Amino acid sequence: MRVSLTVNGEPRKTDVWGGESLMYALRERLDLPGSKNACEQGECGSCSVLLDGVLVCSCLVLAAQADGHAVTTVEGLASDDGLHRVQEAFVAAGAVQCGFCTPGLVVATVDLLERSPAPTDDEIREALSGNLCRCTGYQKIFDAVRLAAGTVA
Amino acid sequence: MSATETRPRLGRIGESVRRSDGTPKVRGEFAYASDLHAADMLWGHTLRSPHAHARIVEIDLSQAVGMPGVHAVLTHEDVPGRKTYGLEFSDQPVLAIDRVRYFGEPVAVVAAEHPEQARRAAESIRVTYELLEPVADSERATEMEPLHPDRPTMGHGYRDDPRPNVVRHMVIRHGDPDTTGDVTVEGVYEVGSQDQAFLGPESGLAVPDGEGGVDIYVATQWLHVDRDQVAPCLGLPPEQVRVHLAGVGGAFGGREDLSMQIHGALLALHTNRPVKFVYNREESFTGHVHRHPAKIWCEHRATRDGRVVCVRMRILLDGGAYASSSTAVTSNAASFALGPYRVDNALIESTSVYTNNPPCGAMRGFGAVQTCFASEAQMDKLAAALAIDPVELRLLNALAPGDHLPTGQFVDGALPVAEVIRRTAALVPPAPEELPRDPIRLPGGAGNTTRGEGVRRGVGFAVGFKNICYSEGFDDSCAARVQLHADGSATIHCAATEVGQGVTDVILQVARTELGTDEIALAPHTTASVGSAGSASASRLTWMVSGAVRDACRAALEERERRGGGEVDVERVHHHRPTTPLDPETGQITGERAHVALAVAAMRAVVEVDVDLGLTRVVWVGTAQDVGKAINPQAVHGQIEGGTAQGLGLALMEEIQTRDGRIGNASFTDYLIPTALDMPPVAVDLVEDPEPDSPYGAKGVGEPPAIVSVAAIAAAVRDATGKELARVPIRADDICL
Repeated sequence: MRVSLTVNGEPRKTDVWGGESLMYALRERLDLPGSKNACEQGECGSCSVLLDGVLVCSCLVLAAQADGHAVTTVEGLASDDGLHRVQEAFVAAGAVQCGFCTPGLVVATVDLLERSPAPTDDEIREALSGNLCRCTGYQKIFDAVRLAAGTVA
Repeated sequence: MSATETRPRLGRIGESVRRSDGTPKVRGEFAYASDLHAADMLWGHTLRSPHAHARIVEIDLSQAVGMPGVHAVLTHEDVPGRKTYGLEFSDQPVLAIDRVRYFGEPVAVVAAEHPEQARRAAESIRVTYELLEPVADSERATEMEPLHPDRPTMGHGYRDDPRPNVVRHMVIRHGDPDTTGDVTVEGVYEVGSQDQAFLGPESGLAVPDGEGGVDIYVATQWLHVDRDQVAPCLGLPPEQVRVHLAGVGGAFGGREDLSMQIHGALLALHTNRPVKFVYNREESFTGHVHRHPAKIWCEHRATRDGRVVCVRMRILLDGGAYASSSTAVTSNAASFALGPYRVDNALIESTSVYTNNPPCGAMRGFGAVQTCFASEAQMDKLAAALAIDPVELRLLNALAPGDHLPTGQFVDGALPVAEVIRRTAALVPPAPEELPRDPIRLPGGAGNTTRGEGVRRGVGFAVGFKNICYSEGFDDSCAARVQLHADGSATIHCAATEVGQGVTDVILQVARTELGTDEIALAPHTTASVGSAGSASASRLTWMVSGAVRDACRAALEERERRGGGEVDVERVHHHRPTTPLDPETGQITGERAHVALAVAAMRAVVEVDVDLGLTRVVWVGTAQDVGKAINPQAVHGQIEGGTAQGLGLALMEEIQTRDGRIGNASFTDYLIPTALDMPPVAVDLVEDPEPDSPYGAKGVGEPPAIVSVAAIAAAVRDATGKELARVPIRADDICL
């Protein structure tokens, strides 16, 4: 079937098989592999995207469900001027190791700071608890969120 | 003023540097193995055994081969070369031949146009199995029918054991093991099987070169040893198999063994099309080896004034269906079983066995995790029996340079055991938080299971150590090649695998330091242009890569000086000082050393436990670690925090559950790893005591935190509950029932 959606501000069309997830369509059909395939069952958050501004696991959304909707992926965050401040903070704080969880965490952090510009530590931990990271032990990720929020003590 | 002139100088050794792959990773542009794409690419899928132990009576491919989009369906009959492979023994079939020995063992592979077509075709293959009794209990393995009747592990210089299903059996006899003390404590400890749970699933792309050879782009830990295992199975000379590093989404030991490499290459050569494999999470749980489940029997004897005079330990490791690196894990578990303490008399018996459980091999800590958990619990028992403060008891017995290991090896490098203990003890935990408080900061968290009633605080302390670099005569090396260009820039070639640990930055920092320039490019990591770097494991790569890049840079500068300028291209291979095997009968060194160097860490953990519900929250962790020299301090902190999280996972939640060898929790829904809500703040103190033999004095840093944190957190839960808790992960019902 044919689906039409807006991805990172651009109208896109692609043919999909009905069983394909939005994650698969982004990665394999729209050449946007930034959303990552770590569990494909909505547990790890690595494939997080914003669907009409709402944070979702793109592995749990069918590509067909995204027809007519707007999707923002990690690839849509940086501008011509450079990295998004959340992306910059993740690199500066050392929050990236293998980086497989990073796109999902960056998208989730953008969403968090949109809702809560100066989150408390508890808010940060709760907001990111749906994004698994196996490398960092999360400490530098928390540092990155505080850095992006401008709340570094 | 040009941009080049205003750019800040890039990091040298000892400076925290911004990851060179950080920007592409945060932009989502870093190419992981699962992101690869080639024109005309097919998708591979693996049919796996649903049984832990069965004879294969028949494999019927007739339906699968005719399905839409399917280009190849292959079994063991299609393996043109050697039918088996393995890191130490070639005991694992590329595709099952006449029987399957573990749940998830590959039986057939399919290539199709769409991954769903490949999956459905694999599902349509009819395999007739005759079920066999699984060897599921490691304690009974030596009484059961042999799983490998041809005994691939015999005659390799280890102690030949006549019992069936023994992978390796060894004994370390040190001093007089019959020495008695004033106080004796005993314990039997168990460690569950942990999964590496790297987030990037096993993936790769195999591309035929049109001339009978193949290029494999894969997430791995050791390019050259992958090639050396793959080529014989394909019936090809090594030069026709080129293995290239694709982006690696974490490893932790789980990518030392092969996953899709041979399967992808077989299908690519068979179809003459590129073939990509991407495992899903369930498949990943069966697609790599795990941490060995262990059972450890201990007896510690001490004098009344607190000196440990004799330790007797028996260690049983469940190696699962194939050997992988079980022999080395067996030895490591034994070598570090006593902890970093001076003990003059010991008898340590360590055995790994074949079973029909999931195969086990390398995982961060490599045998030392299991024995540290047991021996540190014993130290706490001794402290209690002797009424000596647990930290004081450890200081009293702390190993130091000039002492001997139980293998007879003289400790001649840096090993600041007492220093890490003192500096950890000096880290001050936060005062207990008042009640009432937000439930997110109570055990049970957002589940809102308590307002504080039934919650008890506990504090634990532990020390752990292990070897740095490979051991027992396996003297690995690392190659680096430096090209100096006429314009003053340089290109570095090194096959070291970047698995997320940051070795790429170590290479660049060393090259910048030695060459005195920022104009350095790093060539792709590949077997095609440089010799082996050895693997990303054994906390060895920082040391070995630093040595190789340093040596090659210095040689290149000399060569340019000699020639008076121009282009220079130099390759150098770095070796650490040699080791020799342990005596197969006594476990004593046969030369000067079996291990190259040692690293130690101490940790204090604070927990709160809801003793009514058995729920634990780790409140705070403080650790001092012996790192030699921190090449990139920010990355060192990241390794310590990440290793601590993995240890927390094993202490409190992570275990692969098997029943008759079948995994019951192969998903992140059922196999829980620590989340942002589970991890406490980690206070880190780096102890820099340079290792005399290491380039720049550096030691690897990845493993000690994963070793010591399990023991420290378990000790804290014991302190809170007063229970013995001799098994990790500690389950809720271990606490409250």
